[in-house]
Amino acid sequence: MTLVVGPPSHAGAQGGAGEGSGTLASGHLPGHAHGHVGLGAPEEGLLVIRDTVVHRLPAQVKLVAVVAFVLVVVATPTGRWGAFAVYALLLAGVVAVAHVPARLVLRRMLIEVPFVVFAAVLPFVASGPRVEVLGVSVSATGLVAGATMLLKATLGVVAAIVLAATTAPREMLAGLERLRLPALLVAMLSFMIRYLAVVTGDLHRMRVARESRGDTGGRVGQAAAVAGTAGSLFVRSYERGERVHQAMLARGYAGHLPALVSGRAARAREWALAASLPVATLVTLVLFVSVVPR
Amino acid sequence: MHLPDGFLDAPTSIATGVLAAGAVAISLRKAERGLGAAGPALAGLVACFVFAAQMVNFPVGAGTSGHLLGGALAAVLVGPWAGTLILAVVLLVQGVFFADGGLTALGSNITLMGIVGVWSGYLVTRAVLAVLPKRVTSIVPAAAIGAFLSVPLAALAFVALYAIGGAAPIPLGALASAMLGWHLLIGVGEALITAAVLTAVVASRPDLVYLARGLRPDLVVVGADGVERRVPAETASAGGGRRLGSRAIALSLAVTLLIGGGLSLLASASPDGLEHVAATLGFEHLATEHATATGPFADYDIPGLGALGPVAAGIVGVLLTLGLALAVGWVASRRSRSTLGSGSTGAGTGSTGAGSSSAPSETSTSDTTTGRR
Repeated sequence: MTLVVGPPSHAGAQGGAGEGSGTLASGHLPGHAHGHVGLGAPEEGLLVIRDTVVHRLPAQVKLVAVVAFVLVVVATPTGRWGAFAVYALLLAGVVAVAHVPARLVLRRMLIEVPFVVFAAVLPFVASGPRVEVLGVSVSATGLVAGATMLLKATLGVVAAIVLAATTAPREMLAGLERLRLPALLVAMLSFMIRYLAVVTGDLHRMRVARESRGDTGGRVGQAAAVAGTAGSLFVRSYERGERVHQAMLARGYAGHLPALVSGRAARAREWALAASLPVATLVTLVLFVSVVPR
Repeated sequence: MHLPDGFLDAPTSIATGVLAAGAVAISLRKAERGLGAAGPALAGLVACFVFAAQMVNFPVGAGTSGHLLGGALAAVLVGPWAGTLILAVVLLVQGVFFADGGLTALGSNITLMGIVGVWSGYLVTRAVLAVLPKRVTSIVPAAAIGAFLSVPLAALAFVALYAIGGAAPIPLGALASAMLGWHLLIGVGEALITAAVLTAVVASRPDLVYLARGLRPDLVVVGADGVERRVPAETASAGGGRRLGSRAIALSLAVTLLIGGGLSLLASASPDGLEHVAATLGFEHLATEHATATGPFADYDIPGLGALGPVAAGIVGVLLTLGLALAVGWVASRRSRSTLGSGSTGAGTGSTGAGSSSAPSETSTSDTTTGRR
């Protein structure tokens, strides 16, 4: 449970349920406002439908490239500002090539806000020599480490946003399947993604029903009613799962799903293209560590 | 609780990634007889529920609201193996599609919430259930205590990970006490929400609650002749499931010990981590006199080949631990299969199946299996 100061706005429920119409067919997932971050614009799906080089790359190639990129970013030593600046430029280049609107990237970056608070506290609690900044004594190492962590987290979040904005959920599943994720896990993921809009829609309807009976939320005494909603949501989801499974059995399901998605193998050219981002990042890291003095 | 990228260093991220992959692999094997037998659709929908439950805002008072983490709740509702699996799937979707939780921190997040959160919640709940009266309603206070303790325990696990591969030198004692204090408070909220949600589930479908199986009273039928007949609430196979459960506890304890051993192995194999811990602890006593120029950061700034040594050692350590854990799981599952004899498939399916309503589906599943053979 995360505590959030501010009125219980049900931002999450709204974000999720408001776009129940955004189905998988159009490559959309319900907005994930996660309860405490007002991501707004619930009508917006995750995928930004464009036809660019980045969009056309197979998902498994993009997944590997993004993870490799973030791994190099994470492995970068503390305080190498020049290297981080080059990474940011490289990533901005990908954002531009993929035609992902900068406004959308900025809005989705709000997911990091709780972490920004932690990074901001770091200079005050970390050990090491103290320096005066604007008349306040802070830890020098904490300041550098906090700023570095913030940069790394931001680069990771933006990379993940670009991945999600250029890859349809079903393609992502195909990519994960191609990356040898166990079949049961892929099947669970696919059912989760298919039914996410249904379940959050269920939640939304129960909230509307509750509030139409006068429970507009916000008072502690009403927490029991909210918990009742969550309890019924579990029973409804479980029973829906049973029904879906029985329907599958009735149609001849014997433990193996037919190919859920039609992912195609990636060509060597595509691997090379996608690898250009992590490779450029790695070259930058090596250059900055070995050539550029501190 | 969703860690972003860059919070823990690369070796720790990779090591927890390997650890999480191993745990998910074991859970997949285990859940194949439980939730897996009930179908991926059921598991996927429970994952949807956990995802949606995290979006529900609970009024906490004073204009504050909170939401659920759900590890202990998932363990109580669907069992620990399936719980780990479901939390892993939820975290994967959150990381890949919603940029919530870093991609390289996925392993750490699964380790903290999917392994520590789920298993500590499950084990504490089982322990409390053992001393409470055998009633279905006992699950509510037991799960509340489990949920309450699972949050600070996960926070402590985070402090342990931070000690090994944290990005900034925070005095560990201060970090541990701050994390514990804050997460004890969060744990209270988690306990209240878990208890309230479970109360609602127990009221309508107590048979769905994994840990409440075997707690339901027998049906007493009094005939016209006044003769009482007891119809057990659980089928015989469910009883087998409970016996399997106690073995699962022993197994999980062994795995937990091994994982703990693996982490310390990693710590001792990685000079970075140990130096870091020693330095931060040293700073606590020496205050600001110590110069960091020659401290851990001097080491942090030499990456490349030099850093590959401890990484490789750490990974080898974790792999060894995982190998041991997998071997234990394999032996345990072999033994459970041999003790249950030829009826093992049916018993295994029924033990963690979805209760009476899914009985036809179980039958047809085993029918198809037999047919294929």
